[in-house]
Amino acid sequence: MTTKSISLTVNGKTVDQEVEPRTHLADFLRHGIGLTGTHIGCEHGVCGACTVLVDGQAVRSCLMLAVQADGAEVTTVEGLAGNADDLSPIQAAFREFHGLQCGYCTPGFLTSLTQLLMENPDIGEEDLRKELSGNLCRCTGYAGIVRAALAAAQAYKEAAATGMGGSR
Amino acid sequence: MKAAAFDYHRPANRAEALDMVGSLDNAKFLAGGQSLVAMLNMRYAIVDHLIDLNHVTDLAGIEMTGDRLRLGAMTRQRAVKDDAALAARAPIFAAALDYVGHFQTRNRGTVGGSLGHMDPSAELMALATLMDAEVEVQSKAQTRSLSIADYPMAYMTPAIEMDEMITGVTFALPGEGHGWGFHEHAQRHGDFAICGVAALMELAGGTISRTAITVFGIGMAPQRARAAEDMLASQTPGDDLYRAAADALDDLDYTTDAMASAAYRRRLAGVLTRRALADAARRAGGDRR
Ligand code: FES
Ligand code: FES
Repeated sequence: MTTKSISLTVNGKTVDQEVEPRTHLADFLRHGIGLTGTHIGCEHGVCGACTVLVDGQAVRSCLMLAVQADGAEVTTVEGLAGNADDLSPIQAAFREFHGLQCGYCTPGFLTSLTQLLMENPDIGEEDLRKELSGNLCRCTGYAGIVRAALAAAQAYKEAAATGMGGSR
Repeated sequence: MKAAAFDYHRPANRAEALDMVGSLDNAKFLAGGQSLVAMLNMRYAIVDHLIDLNHVTDLAGIEMTGDRLRLGAMTRQRAVKDDAALAARAPIFAAALDYVGHFQTRNRGTVGGSLGHMDPSAELMALATLMDAEVEVQSKAQTRSLSIADYPMAYMTPAIEMDEMITGVTFALPGEGHGWGFHEHAQRHGDFAICGVAALMELAGGTISRTAITVFGIGMAPQRARAAEDMLASQTPGDDLYRAAADALDDLDYTTDAMASAAYRRRLAGVLTRRALADAARRAGGDRR
């Protein structure tokens, strides 16, 4: 088995590395470059904890090989806010509305919601719950997560209206 | 778990991809990876070579001409669900795609990947069966097309050769103004359906001029409910008729597994058929909701 060299952007920084083809993107992020914010729950696409944004789209990083991310722009939970002390609107809403307890599922919810709310800030509770069915949380009972998401939707709507849609 | 080691290949075009699959031992194509990578991680699948089709650009695309719809094999499920022209012409696609995994897996999952994997509860296989699809496959030596009736060979195994690649699938769309219904039952939204029913209906002067009913998730592959389709011909839509159609589903094959018994699946097939037909008749009658 031959390793492959890949070059990608992770949270705005260029990363060049050799990877084994079998290494999935989640393991590469955690072990290859030390970004342990991305969590692994099931490793077969069921729990959503490993969700990251690849070219702006939420994907399960356990179901994508690191070699396939060659040339891509990846955003992990560490890259959602502008800098270390900031929170993105969805992160701030999770804090305010108690959207997490242990935090294991949280990176997956935050990255998934970032795509969902940027694309559809008008989403209602019923659709929101359906779209979030691919992310499992064993602590919260989801009520806080849904409240946080609906509150954050308002912020994404205002950002879109004032033409500041670029901010995550 | 972690995948066993393999070599990774990234062909730039079809010819390269077909060369590779024709010459490498124990090789598999990688499409969206939303089932295959999970199987590799769990070591249900162990390969020596993975041939990534994500850079073969001419395999993706949606073309609609008259009553034909062709989806390229590498068309993302999300692209099919979001296609506005298709949603206007045949809304059942967006409705069915909504049940395929979750939005995160549809961002990467492909049409050809779903057909190749052939999960018994796959909604895209159900639509292909409902709309008499033709699956195009290509090898170095030839290009051929298989009717969906001849496509399933065994459990999760289509009738295609080791050196062949699925390149696209063409659906026969129902007429303008048709009605449709799509219902499935699963433990959770996005989970594998225990039973699902897809139906199409066309009316002429208040009576049924054409129906198609497909039941899926009940056995190896989706099945057309021919007996029910036949008994609906030229009838006037109504609850008694849907109940009679639901009773005409005994000749399908229902399996028992850890999720449900064959008898429970048979019961669900009846209930979901009634609902799908009622929806289809209402929509064919002009209520498009
Ligand atoms: S770890 Fe990827 S979906 Fe669970
Ligand atoms: S906060 Fe603990 S799993 Fe969601």
